[in-house]
Amino acid sequence: MLEETIPDRPWVTIVWNDPINLMSYVTYVFMTYFKFDRPKAELLMLDVHEKGRATVSSGTREAMERDVAAMHSYGLWATLQKDD
Amino acid sequence: MTGGFARSATGRVVLRVDELEKGLLRSLAEQVLAFVSPDDSGPERDPLAILIGIESDATKPDDPALARLFPDAYREDDEAASDFRRFTERSLRETKMAHAQAVLDGLGRSGEKIVLSEQETASWLGFLNDARLALGTRIELSDDNQDELADLPEEDPRSGMFQVYDYLTYLQDSLVQLLFEALG
Repeated sequence: MLEETIPDRPWVTIVWNDPINLMSYVTYVFMTYFKFDRPKAELLMLDVHEKGRATVSSGTREAMERDVAAMHSYGLWATLQKDD
Repeated sequence: MTGGFARSATGRVVLRVDELEKGLLRSLAEQVLAFVSPDDSGPERDPLAILIGIESDATKPDDPALARLFPDAYREDDEAASDFRRFTERSLRETKMAHAQAVLDGLGRSGEKIVLSEQETASWLGFLNDARLALGTRIELSDDNQDELADLPEEDPRSGMFQVYDYLTYLQDSLVQLLFEALG
């Protein structure tokens, strides 16, 4: 019974590094779409750039599919997966 | 090369381009428009599916540049990636087509000073990124080979493409810096 009340692991949206998207543009997209302030957006952008990836949002699978579709419309390379 | 993007005294975004740049940008926008347009010519296309925006063919494109513009949404689940593509790729294509078309419309206006609405500005930003993604993928740009590409001899076909890529990078960054100011 207890197990049934434990929600699914949340899903996450991951943005991957690529050599073409400008650092300024990626920061701008994070600020515009996710409404992050500039320091947070720059931190995530640097994670993408230096670590190769950053988790930018988490939630239901449907919400993450919306976020990934939005990232694709901006030209960012994004995927969703269950949080690990 | 002239000024790129700037803000007018009344706060509108203005692009300054000479006729040469206009011609280059027009040609690029036409190429991007053709590149991202869906192929509805096949006999297997279901008109109803087109109408409601569902792709019957939902596989990752073979062309690396197209695959970069329309990437998989799932890395380790081909079926989910295909489903996602079926329901989103058409609208993504239409967004990119609308950006390129808005750029063409703007370039069709006369003069070397193009005043842009907010929506046109967003389209320019999207178009510049799409064009850079397509060109950058074509010349196999990486984090390590930009100096090498910049120093290619003129007879190498990638040399001209890199120069165009570099110009688009300059334009896009000048636009992003302008938009940062508006975000406060």
